Amino acid sequence: MFYLELLLVGAVWGCTYALMALGLTVVYGLLRILHVAQATVFTFGAYLGLLAANQFGSLWLALLVGAVSAGLLGPLIYRFVYQPLLGRPPFVALVASIGLLVAMEDGFRLIFGPYGLAFDDNTWFATSFSLGGLTLNGVQIAVVVLSIVLLTAFALFASRTRAGIGWRATVSDPAIAASFGVRVEQVRYLAFSIASVLAGVAGVLVGLLNNLVEPGMGGVISYKGLAIIVLGGLGNVPGTLVASMVLGIIESFGTVFVDRWLDRDAIAFLFLIIVLMIRPQGLLGKAH
Amino acid sequence: MDYYISVATFAALNVTLALGLNLISGFCGQVSLGHAAFYGLGAYAAALLSVAGLPFVGSLAAGVLVAGLAGALVGFAALRVREDFLAIVTMGVGFLFLGVVRKQSWLGAEMGISNIPSPLEKGGYAMLAIGVAIVMLAISLHVRRSWMGRAFSAVAQDEDAARSLGINVPGFKIAAFFIGTAAAGLAGGIYAHMTQLIVPDAFNFVQSITILAMVVIGGIGSSFGVVAGAILLTLIPEMFRFINDYKLLVYGGLLLLVMRFSPEGLAGIGRSLARRWGLR
Repeated sequence: MFYLELLLVGAVWGCTYALMALGLTVVYGLLRILHVAQATVFTFGAYLGLLAANQFGSLWLALLVGAVSAGLLGPLIYRFVYQPLLGRPPFVALVASIGLLVAMEDGFRLIFGPYGLAFDDNTWFATSFSLGGLTLNGVQIAVVVLSIVLLTAFALFASRTRAGIGWRATVSDPAIAASFGVRVEQVRYLAFSIASVLAGVAGVLVGLLNNLVEPGMGGVISYKGLAIIVLGGLGNVPGTLVASMVLGIIESFGTVFVDRWLDRDAIAFLFLIIVLMIRPQGLLGKAH
Repeated sequence: MDYYISVATFAALNVTLALGLNLISGFCGQVSLGHAAFYGLGAYAAALLSVAGLPFVGSLAAGVLVAGLAGALVGFAALRVREDFLAIVTMGVGFLFLGVVRKQSWLGAEMGISNIPSPLEKGGYAMLAIGVAIVMLAISLHVRRSWMGRAFSAVAQDEDAARSLGINVPGFKIAAFFIGTAAAGLAGGIYAHMTQLIVPDAFNFVQSITILAMVVIGGIGSSFGVVAGAILLTLIPEMFRFINDYKLLVYGGLLLLVMRFSPEGLAGIGRSLARRWGLR
């Protein structure tokens, strides 16, 4: 039973990682940019969601506000940070992205204070459900349900809509996609919006899970998001989802069994390093 | 006076760290986001041995060796994974180092190692650190002009082409990591003895990014630019109190602005000014 509970907790974390990492994969697939600054979008969504929740008392509204505000910020980052750097070597965009991330961490500290803010009335956190002997709180259920809904919506978008097909075409070959009338620039904005909406939702959810929104909350999850997309095979969507779940579960077991030797972040990255040494192309990536 | 001496010492240590990273990332083109881990490895190895009674020079040498060997190991990793993958692996190495150190009681866990013996006066550390920085600059300048430096650029520009020319790509990658991280280990050993107290957080991801910022803002690949970047980024937070509280806002903002408007950093700005004034 204990193991099952660990599995479940790990899966919940895996879902938040998946929401974060899916966006990173989408951006990487299109532009070959490691979008570390997605952490900024994540934290921004979480703060605005929290402010909305504390003002109007609705957690659903918090999610909506988090998603929309993040969805607006992401494309702006693309427009003002990445777009001018597209022709440069890849490390340029990566370093710029890290710069934005660390600067905004201080920025959030300056605006919202250093200690973080809590939800005034986190009703989901307070409600718990029993499932055959396992206890989950409302936030954990919401994380799982929302992740499934959003990821399914994404899958439908990618396979069934014109925009989704245009996106996939651009991923596999931007020049040919453009010659078939796909507007590559619009696809990029769309990708950043989608990635950012997912990150914003993840931000509010992680804020609810910890009942705390703090300036540094995006950093670690974003670094792990990068580890996950690398694990999954860069740009590989199914690989990313598998890697998210695997990492969430490994962390959850790791914090119980190897806590004496390694902390949680180290477990995640040790796993990453081991996998990459054995399979440099990632878990589901194809060898070159 | 003491204050200025310690600022000068930190500036010199940062120059050594930044030149080491520049050798790996600037010369050899291997992006590393975990340089602080090697700084930390050197500091911890030297501190532990000094506390155990080894003489100062022996502890420093051990720090250099431990950091350099760990760096060479990461160099082996760089043979397996490239570019973006390598950046994430080196970031992972940083987190792994912190995670291990934080949990081991014999490494002092969160409290770190204190009461490290200090054999020198403040001025002595300053001289030592400045001397090391100058030697490191000389090594950088020499390597740049040597066969090794040319091989490094070949690896940086196009690994496969370099290999087809018969350049020993794995050997040079490992050498770049070894030299760069060994320098960081030496800086770490000096830092540990000077402050007599080390804690894990002094070697975290933010520290790695700070070193990277020095390299990038100075001008990646340019030794003098990197020296200027390291000194500048050490002095700016000391000069303005506000900046010391919001260091990351300034470092991060500078990183972003430099990448956006002058990806060749201070060195690039210097070069274009020199061209405008007809110096070259």
